[in-house]
Amino acid sequence: MLRYITKRLIFSIPIVLGVTLIAFLILYLTPGDPVTNLLGSRATPEARAELSEKLGLDQPVLVQYGRWLGNVLHGDLGTSILTKQPVSEAIGSRLSYTLKLTLTAFLSSVLIGIPVGIFAAAKQNTAADHISMGIAMFFYSMPDFWFGLMLILVFSLTLQWLPVSGAYGPKYLILPALALGLPKIGSIARLMRAETLEVMREEYSLTARAKGISEWLIMFKHVLRNAAIPVMVMLFLALPWLISGAVVIETIFAWPGMGQLMYQAILRKDFPVIQALLLIIAILTVLFNLLGDVVAGLLDPRIRVK
Amino acid sequence: MEKTQEQSSPQTFTSRLNSNRSFRKFIRHKPALVGLAIIILLILIAIFAPVIAPFEYDAQDFSSIRLPPSADHLFGTDKYGRDVFSRVVYGSRIALMVASLVVVIELVLGVTLGMMAGYFGGKVDTLISGFTDMVWAFPPLILALGLISAIGAGLVNVVIAIAITSWAPFSRVTRAKVLSMKEREFVEAGIAIGETNSSILARYILPNIIAPNLVLATLTIPAAILTTSALSFLGFGAQPPSPDWGAILNEGREFLRDAWWISTFPGIAILLTTLAFNFLGDGLRDVFDPKQTVQ
Repeated sequence: MLRYITKRLIFSIPIVLGVTLIAFLILYLTPGDPVTNLLGSRATPEARAELSEKLGLDQPVLVQYGRWLGNVLHGDLGTSILTKQPVSEAIGSRLSYTLKLTLTAFLSSVLIGIPVGIFAAAKQNTAADHISMGIAMFFYSMPDFWFGLMLILVFSLTLQWLPVSGAYGPKYLILPALALGLPKIGSIARLMRAETLEVMREEYSLTARAKGISEWLIMFKHVLRNAAIPVMVMLFLALPWLISGAVVIETIFAWPGMGQLMYQAILRKDFPVIQALLLIIAILTVLFNLLGDVVAGLLDPRIRVK
Repeated sequence: MEKTQEQSSPQTFTSRLNSNRSFRKFIRHKPALVGLAIIILLILIAIFAPVIAPFEYDAQDFSSIRLPPSADHLFGTDKYGRDVFSRVVYGSRIALMVASLVVVIELVLGVTLGMMAGYFGGKVDTLISGFTDMVWAFPPLILALGLISAIGAGLVNVVIAIAITSWAPFSRVTRAKVLSMKEREFVEAGIAIGETNSSILARYILPNIIAPNLVLATLTIPAAILTTSALSFLGFGAQPPSPDWGAILNEGREFLRDAWWISTFPGIAILLTTLAFNFLGDGLRDVFDPKQTVQ
């Protein structure tokens, strides 16, 4: 197992390096002078000279990349053009909000999506199956930003049960979390159903059935244990997607997380912040991919050997 | 929805299309037929938009600002007195065009890279697959946002940004399919009689990777529509007075309290469109090859 994890870790190093290169190059794709892009147009000549020196702008691009990477590895993500705040601080203060939002969204989608998928598989090809899969497809096709607006329209403006936007308590979390999480029910339920059906046709399930074990016992003792593996992997992959969905949802609900920071940074071309967020989100994605593989390897010894 | 009951068999795209069984299977797939019907209707609406829409999409009328839905204005009017129904009808042109453009670019990029990686193997494969993994590491919306911050807002830039951030599934599916094709006798025979690589790729391999890529393309269109309209919604895509569905939604956002109709109807249009393509894609996958598509 340790060898498998080490192998997967080594395999992700070039990907992480590539990801840092992409985040670095974003600045050089931008028309105009990088120093102006990083400091804004009102910077003093002294500050400009200092940054040029720090970035090594007179050196080849590869050397500049090396310096930038070195700074990043030392936790120096630069300074926000807008707020003059170190980027690491700006992100740090918002990280907890995004985590709170995405984890709540994640939990709500899993708690609904998985039972729906199992239920549909158990009732395969009945009306109940078709209806649940129809609902799953409905959510799967849902534009989350529109869903968020509709939730505000119904629950905040019309019924006045919940606040429209902001983050001043648990009540404020409900609508953004639902807007982010419920559309994900679709993919989770669909995958859970497909995997359950696949395991139900495996020989060991047939054997169990031939022995006269009750359907529900087969379901819980044999089928779900095995169907859970690919679903777990998919759930780890879903987390980064939730973070990317958070850009839109946090903007709608004025939720002070990383997504809103990203939106504001792009609007005002705050490049140090954009680069840092790209980097962090990509590394989180690689990390969750890795975790997904490791969990799959732990649960299913066959994967480790491959 | 009966995907899992079907056995996959290694037939080619053309022989499958010709086989009556596949066609009958598709005909029996009711959601796919409904999806196809909605898509055809949508294409007709897009073509005949000037006939269907009672007003021009940018015709302002300051005597009828933010009117609720009525017989004159089916979906109401916006803050400039523009007819929301007409705007949504014209918006179908943008949605369909943008989504097909994104998917075609993704197809060309992904299939080319995937074919090269799978066919040549070795260092070429390592390089291309590594690159694919790298791009895959970013959620497309995030990388597209990063690119847009560099190259600027606008619908064309959104198309470019989304296409070059989400071709990875096509490359992976193609590579896997090419790897399995390489083992087949007719490809080995081609190599044995000394055919050139490009001839083998074009004549034997390409026809066989059409089916899985076609299914994937159909299933990718909803993602393309959702991402482009999300970017337009954030204000980075289509600019006013464009009747892009995401842009209309964005304009209606500030009037959600007093004029719910501005944001509601374009959202329903997006939902119906993505739903239709997802149903059709599901049906095509069931008919062709359930095992060939990325989960």
